[in-house]
Amino acid sequence: MQAIRKQGVAAQPDASGVPALSIRDLSVSFGAPSAGGLTVLDHINIDVRDGEFLCIVGSSGSGKTTLLRVLAGLFRPTQGEVLFNGQPIAGPSRDRAIIFQDYSKALLPWRTVRGNVALSLEARGIPAGQQDAVIDELLAKMGLRAAKDKFPGQLSGGMQQRVQIARCLAQEPKILLMDEPFGALDAMTRQALQDEILQLAAEKQTTVVFITHDLEEAIYLGDRVAVIGGAPARIVEMIDVDLPRPRNQLTTRENSHFLAHRHRLFELLTRHQSAQHGGIGIASRNGGNG
Amino acid sequence: MRRLLLGSIAPVLFLGVWEMASRTGLLTLESLSRPSDIFIAWYHALLDGSLLIATYQTFEAALLGLAFAAVIGILCGTVLGLLPLVERITGPTIEALRPIPAIAFMPLALMMFGFGVTLEASIVAYACVWPILIVTVAAVRAIEPRLLDVADVLEMPFWKQMWTIILPAAFARINVGLRVAAAISLVVAVTVEIVLNPRGLGYRLTLASQELKIGLMYAQLVWLCVVGYLLNAVLRNVGTGSITLWGSAR
Repeated sequence: MQAIRKQGVAAQPDASGVPALSIRDLSVSFGAPSAGGLTVLDHINIDVRDGEFLCIVGSSGSGKTTLLRVLAGLFRPTQGEVLFNGQPIAGPSRDRAIIFQDYSKALLPWRTVRGNVALSLEARGIPAGQQDAVIDELLAKMGLRAAKDKFPGQLSGGMQQRVQIARCLAQEPKILLMDEPFGALDAMTRQALQDEILQLAAEKQTTVVFITHDLEEAIYLGDRVAVIGGAPARIVEMIDVDLPRPRNQLTTRENSHFLAHRHRLFELLTRHQSAQHGGIGIASRNGGNG
Repeated sequence: MRRLLLGSIAPVLFLGVWEMASRTGLLTLESLSRPSDIFIAWYHALLDGSLLIATYQTFEAALLGLAFAAVIGILCGTVLGLLPLVERITGPTIEALRPIPAIAFMPLALMMFGFGVTLEASIVAYACVWPILIVTVAAVRAIEPRLLDVADVLEMPFWKQMWTIILPAAFARINVGLRVAAAISLVVAVTVEIVLNPRGLGYRLTLASQELKIGLMYAQLVWLCVVGYLLNAVLRNVGTGSITLWGSAR
């Protein structure tokens, strides 16, 4: 898959095998373990390859968001470490952009679309005179040109999420961390944005870690899909998605491999979900059938 | 316009009845002037400049104190809002200092500063800093944590976060505290002038009553009401104006 995505692009200089992100033996607990603290993530190990599109699926409350916050450097793990290009993560960095699910809260409501994108450029110290060209290009790319002078509150959810993506792209990150970014959008908008993000990632060779609870979305987007489940959450399975790129909303989703992956992921998740809830899920399902 | 007309019916009627009652001898209280006398007294005080100078003196002290309180209140309030630990350490001290009536500091302030604008402004500042501080702490706490995440990921230094995220996000609420403090600033300034400080509208008011210039005394009261109203209106417009300015300028 990598070969197909990187078609026509010169080999990366750091293709020496150093993973873009290396999650090592990562555990997160809230509260002291001795005092009955809650362990959310348990000894997670993942290597995210350079230029890879990695999806992480898990049921809600499984610790996906916590994991992504650790990768962003916004949250310090209880145990273990994350290496970014071989260096331990000490804190947040512009190199790792994070796109939040709650786009309406992540945008500055008192700034226009233009102003929100400019925030990243200001943070990078780009002089005001040179910002316009970059902003115009990004807004055109994200289909926001007409909304340039509107405020976030005047835009639909899909448009607001586009603004957030544009702002993240403006920080020129090496990695995009996406936390269920399309979870709150309608089906049509979601599919359009899925294709746009695939295109953007392929264009810039950006490494993407994409969190979702939507199995089909994970398979559709990912080079690999990591399934986390259980309480505390562990990596249950890592699936290589052997589907050709560029992906297509119709043909890819009708591909027999796609359906096979979906089948397998569904089984894995339901099994771990019922384990997580101590069999309550099974009991209620039986009740429904009876 | 129609609202204005309807709204002015009651005061016009009131003044008319007052004037008539006073002229026909129905009202004979010595402490009551009549509207026409009040207007004449106001006109003369305006012409000889005494009213404007007194107004300037009162506003000078009130706004100076308010500005000082705003800087201290917003700065400290932001720190306390962002750092719960500091808030827990200083909280009891703040709660102990806050209930002391600002007026009670008058003797102390007189010893420190002597008569004049500094005496007055310092007491105004003490009275005004609390509402601004408390509102700012609450406003900063209420900032959407996502926005601070965004600022962190963009590696903004603290002062830049303060200027681009924290202050604009909290400003609408802080502005409410500023307006409450503005009303307090005028009350405290006039009080200090009446009790102690020989300057400004409060002092003129005492003087007029002691000299039994009842019309002038009323004129100054009405004048205080007008300038107080104007101060609030100006601050309200400055507040909403700077919010939109902050929005559209970027």
